[in-house]
Amino acid sequence: MYAFEIERPKSVDEALAALGAEEAQPISGGQTLIPTLKQRLAMPSKLVSLSGIDELRYLRREGDALMIGGGATHGMVAREAATDFPGLAKLAGKIGDPAVRNRGTIGGSIANNDPSACYPSAAMACGATIVTNSREIAADEYFQGMFMTALEEGEIVTGVRFPIPQASAYMKFEQIASRFPLVGVFVARFADRVGVGVTGASNNGVLRWREAEEALAANFSPDALADVTAPRASDMIADLHGTAEYRAHLIPVMTKRAVAAAE
Amino acid sequence: MSDVTMTVNGKTVSRAVRGNELLVEFLREQLRLTGTHVGCDTSQCGACCVHVNGELVKACTIFAAEADGAEVSTIEGQANPDGSLNVIQQAFQDHHGLQCGFCTPGMVMAAASLLKENPKPSEQEIRHYLQGNICRCTGYHNIVRAIMAASGQEVEGGAIAAE
Ligand SMILES: Cc1cc2nc3c(=O)[nH]c(=O)nc-3n(C[C@H](O)[C@H](O)[C@H](O)COP(=O)(O)OP(=O)(O)OC[C@H]3O[C@@H](n4cnc5c(N)ncnc54)[C@H](O)[C@@H]3O)c2cc1C
Ligand code: FES
Ligand code: FES
Repeated sequence: MYAFEIERPKSVDEALAALGAEEAQPISGGQTLIPTLKQRLAMPSKLVSLSGIDELRYLRREGDALMIGGGATHGMVAREAATDFPGLAKLAGKIGDPAVRNRGTIGGSIANNDPSACYPSAAMACGATIVTNSREIAADEYFQGMFMTALEEGEIVTGVRFPIPQASAYMKFEQIASRFPLVGVFVARFADRVGVGVTGASNNGVLRWREAEEALAANFSPDALADVTAPRASDMIADLHGTAEYRAHLIPVMTKRAVAAAE
Repeated sequence: MSDVTMTVNGKTVSRAVRGNELLVEFLREQLRLTGTHVGCDTSQCGACCVHVNGELVKACTIFAAEADGAEVSTIEGQANPDGSLNVIQQAFQDHHGLQCGFCTPGMVMAAASLLKENPKPSEQEIRHYLQGNICRCTGYHNIVRAIMAASGQEVEGGAIAAE
């Protein structure tokens, strides 16, 4: 790792002030950033640790929505969302392993927007709102392709607001070495619509499978997907873990399983 | 450099650390607590697992500065006050839960976290919880048996040492 200093502010305001410094970068759980720093793929002069900011570590019910602070760890979401939003709690409980879940945060995951990250699929399927220190951004506008988001320099994710679906499930086909999803599908059924968010598959990052959303809104059953046009293999990631065709094939398979499992 | 103060295995320690100093480097190189191992240094293997404020954490994937003010426990703090092995450590010995022993400190720390959250885990729950702890020797079977035994549950075939 290159040399840098670490600051540990206690509030969002202090963090934003610290982030004003040249080449300063936030660190939340560090479960993505520390491996990146070890590979010398980042060269910040200063890390601003968000992990000591209590005001970012919460889950709370806001009417029909669940508001999750950017500093909430995957472990907190797995435990504390279990009653209000079991589909999301189960997604969080399958990220990495227990030690990763005790450090990694939803804010870090949403900010990083790894094309194989789990949370973005739920955010897209539910039509979540990404809340930052300065504004609110709809999930559809926030995720802008692999590792690309609407965040500006120095802007931090302070929370994510999820409308709570009537039923939902996340199905993750694990890439066996990393346990990231090779393909992961989040299905969310609301009173008036269905959302289908797909991660791990596309070269363009997380996507919504809109044809499936329409078919499932008319008939929420795995059979409804039989004749639906699937996302094209030509847009899919191909690597040593799976071909583009294989990933494309997994999308309907995992979507059907998620529909069958939705609770 | 910045100064950190933390409690490690019940003792308060204060040291100067580099910004990019990992907790595992701090424990091993500054405090000479070399029971916490570095297997991969890429957050995969779990040999470096310690507890920070009671939670299982990979010490290769947290900076020492981030543990400022925290309570840290390592494998060196796990034995009973009289120096004898604690229940989990003893079960690993009795059930042959280690061969080379490289992964064992992390396994014991992970097992302690599991049993705190779930005092009577099923075999499936144990295997699931250990997803982030890799062992190249044992094939995991005896590790799982040891944790079953440490939780006071019946283990088929009993203890190996007693056979
Ligand atoms: C072994 C292992 C397995 C994993 N498996 C999975 C998996 O199955 N599914 C999955 O989704 N993820 C997985 N992850 C990644 C994990 O979920 C990370 O915790 C997460 O992607 C990043 O969150 P973090 O809090 O650790 O962020 P950090 O690593 O601290 O930061 C990541 C990036 O986001 C920036 N950042 C951090 N917080 C904020 C913020 N609040 N606002 C703006 N920018 C911010 C940082 O500057 C950095 O660029 C795994 C990680 C490991 C090590
Ligand atoms: S050394 Fe930390 S996980 Fe392998
Ligand atoms: S006993 Fe050798 S790695 Fe586990």
